[in-house]
Amino acid sequence: MPTIVVEVMPKAELLDPQGKAVTGALSRMGRQAYSEVRIGKRFELTVAEVTDEILEDVKVLADDVFSNSVIEDVVSITVQDEAATVSA
Amino acid sequence: MRIGVVTFPGSLDDRDAQRAVRLAGATPVALWHGSHDLEGVEAIILPGGFSYGDYLRAGAIASLSPIMTEVVDAANKGVPVLGICNGFQMLAEARLIPGAHTRNAHQQFIRRDQRLRVENAATDWTNGFEQGQEITIPLKNADGRFIADDETIKRIEGQGQVAFRYVGVNPNGSFDDIAGVSNERGNVVGLMPHPEHATEPGFGPDTPAAMSSGVDGLTFFTSVIAASLKIEAPVK
Repeated sequence: MPTIVVEVMPKAELLDPQGKAVTGALSRMGRQAYSEVRIGKRFELTVAEVTDEILEDVKVLADDVFSNSVIEDVVSITVQDEAATVSA
Repeated sequence: MRIGVVTFPGSLDDRDAQRAVRLAGATPVALWHGSHDLEGVEAIILPGGFSYGDYLRAGAIASLSPIMTEVVDAANKGVPVLGICNGFQMLAEARLIPGAHTRNAHQQFIRRDQRLRVENAATDWTNGFEQGQEITIPLKNADGRFIADDETIKRIEGQGQVAFRYVGVNPNGSFDDIAGVSNERGNVVGLMPHPEHATEPGFGPDTPAAMSSGVDGLTFFTSVIAASLKIEAPVK
């Protein structure tokens, strides 16, 4: 069954304490190449079929439920069918 | 006066809030997140805790609960609503107050007796305080950092919607040391610290007078009773 993937990230201008903690860990591991790590969220919604109606609804959910526009941005909404998942 | 306290899955301080309501002289009414019935209460408290384990975002899933439809309606009609800690996060997620909460800037859970300054003593939940009065009530949270965009901060500062500010130390990196905010009308108030934990001598924060004797939180609840009676709360 196809999967709709919604990705949400903390707003770029905001402090991301989780990411900052991981950045610190990488630095302590001697990985100086990574000046910043930011951590976001990925939602995978399994549906029987992808219709325009469903995609519209996912956009609404992405803005109203999966993210809080005060602190986060929805960065992408993509559709993965099974074939794509396998080839990936 | 009957004051409802909503219990959500993962609420921790609903019983303490009920007790605080009783100590203030009102009748607590236990309300349930899955119901659409406010049982005719005259004010509503969204208590602290970790509803739904803080999954998704703190307060986010609880803010979508069945009873929140009625809570939002009641709030918009002027019914006093107090959100404490997790309840504050729910108010923000339900857009009843501006802004949002993120993880404490230092990443740590914090628990301390916190000094606050009352920045707006005209709301339904603060009318028993003096403007600018300093109070001490417990604070305990992980996602307590209040943030909003510059425009919003400017607006709420200008309109007196900052109800409480942290004094002495900013425990979580909240913008402008903001500890609590209200809606424009002043009937909805949310704050991170816990007034219900400072309502009974022997169980509150330490004061210069005696250990655990702090009851500064009681005034939140006597204020809302006064607001409902349209009288002035007894100034302590």
